[in-house]
Amino acid sequence: MTSLSSANVSGIPAPCSTQAYLDDDALRAEAAALRAELVALSHRTRTPHLGSALSCVDILTAAYWGGLRLNPDEATLPERDRFILSKGHAAAALYLVLMRRGYYDRSVLDGFNVDGGCLQEHPGPACVPGVEAATGSLGHGLSIGLGMALAARMQGVEHRTCVVLGDGECNEGSVWEAAMMAGAHKLGSLRAVVDFNRWQATGRSCEILAMEPLGAKWLAFGWNVVEVDGHDPVALRSLLSLPRAEYGKPLAIIAHTTKGKGVSFMEDDNNWHYRIPTEDEVEQARKELLHS
Amino acid sequence: MRNALADELTQLADQRPELAVLSGDIGNRLFDRFKERHADRFFNCGVAEANMTSVAAGMALSGMRPVTYTIASFNTGRCLEQIRLDLCYQNLPVVLVGVGAGLSYASLGPTHHALEDVCWMRSMPNMTVICPADAVETRLTLRAALEHNGPVYLRLGKKNEPLVHQNIPDFQIGKGIVLRPWGKVCILGVGTVTPVAVEAAEALAAQGIEAGVVSLHTVKPLDTALLAQLDRECDVVAVVEEHSPAGGAWSAVAEWNAENNGRMRVLRCGTADSFICEAGGQEWARTSQGISARAIAERIATALHRGEMA
Repeated sequence: MTSLSSANVSGIPAPCSTQAYLDDDALRAEAAALRAELVALSHRTRTPHLGSALSCVDILTAAYWGGLRLNPDEATLPERDRFILSKGHAAAALYLVLMRRGYYDRSVLDGFNVDGGCLQEHPGPACVPGVEAATGSLGHGLSIGLGMALAARMQGVEHRTCVVLGDGECNEGSVWEAAMMAGAHKLGSLRAVVDFNRWQATGRSCEILAMEPLGAKWLAFGWNVVEVDGHDPVALRSLLSLPRAEYGKPLAIIAHTTKGKGVSFMEDDNNWHYRIPTEDEVEQARKELLHS
Repeated sequence: MRNALADELTQLADQRPELAVLSGDIGNRLFDRFKERHADRFFNCGVAEANMTSVAAGMALSGMRPVTYTIASFNTGRCLEQIRLDLCYQNLPVVLVGVGAGLSYASLGPTHHALEDVCWMRSMPNMTVICPADAVETRLTLRAALEHNGPVYLRLGKKNEPLVHQNIPDFQIGKGIVLRPWGKVCILGVGTVTPVAVEAAEALAAQGIEAGVVSLHTVKPLDTALLAQLDRECDVVAVVEEHSPAGGAWSAVAEWNAENNGRMRVLRCGTADSFICEAGGQEWARTSQGISARAIAERIATALHRGEMA
């Protein structure tokens, strides 16, 4: 487990508890602290995709802090819930939530995006405890999660499988191949969360391909669909913690989000898909996020 | 071969609860017995090879041993990236079965020819590539592949291929099986075309040339001990395969020869770097590509003769 004291860096608070369940305010504070760390990490390691990572912070925070059965002490337990970040370019957010949740020590992050380091810009196979699948090329994660959910059914193991996709990622045909198969198999243990921030790398997702109506698409493929404010970690936690129903419909959670969420000058500005924040911008973001 | 595969899978699944079969909507009735006995472990994934491959990866990450099954050209080319990243990068024990090796489906046209698949699969780190010569090797290969801790590409023919083995040979991934001892010539048969290699050797024997035949079922990892021995003992080694010049078994052997300063002459008896657009069955297609016993024997005799002149 990460010691709480070691998690204090550059004025960003450590998690207020190592327990999975935080009260509502603490959950929101944890998401804000994670965002501040992300901005600082992007600057320090010159890592792009900051806007994409900020967009899904509340989803990851909700999943790892109470929404799913995800505990560092159970990282290899067959019954643990499976969490797959299919939009692997937001890896920094995944690395940070795992570290803050105690899956591995902060010192491991020294190997992030440095020459010869252990953590790349996209998550590698089992690169740190808690990373269930290597991702980075879009459109793979839902199928992998589907395979895990089917394996659990064959093995008689009960767990939920949760896959986070980007809306740009839903361009990939394989996403819809997986959606059709999950619908056919009535995989009630599977849920897909679409981080619907309405941007992809080079433009508005709804202009590039006919993305809307996105919820109706999942519905038509045999899924239940819930639309939610993707920046309300409390609501997301409630949704994710819904019990599994082995032979129900899989659940698509359309999380309406803002790219670059939490930092005024990054919000909904697609330049932050690739831009790296300056030192001043890191400090400004920290002040905004932590009100200090 | 595919019947042998289905039968072997059914038997192995009785003993191995972790074995699952995923099909890309082919093999109608082929897996009926498997489905009767193990309905919960058979998945028709539809005509969606990319998803099928990643589903297999997810299953393997959860401790299963999935086998994916569809036509060779589709089970490789259609899901190349899923193979590369989900199976090879993560080094997962998934067996990819491609039916219709090389020219097996010649009459169906280039959409169904598999003449580049070995190249694609060979190029991937962690991948093992096996081309069984007949139904006997198919069963042996499948058993070995399910013991192997990494992805395996299993390239099968279709059905009713002639048997190369009358008895069950010793089988090991990466070890060629000697079918006929060599003199100054050895023919490496790769996959279902191996009986043609045997015929070519018989034709050469009639001319007084002792040509050996080896079933080089594993293209990756290469049997480098065998190649080193052949290089010491043979002047001409011919590779017979239903594959293009780029990246197949001939290419693998030639690469080894170049890297090791081999002195043996490595002849290529495979398909051209072009699509075969004329209609015709497998026999016709082989002959048109120079993959017949007669053509192979002639090329070997000529190469040997040239070597003696030099």
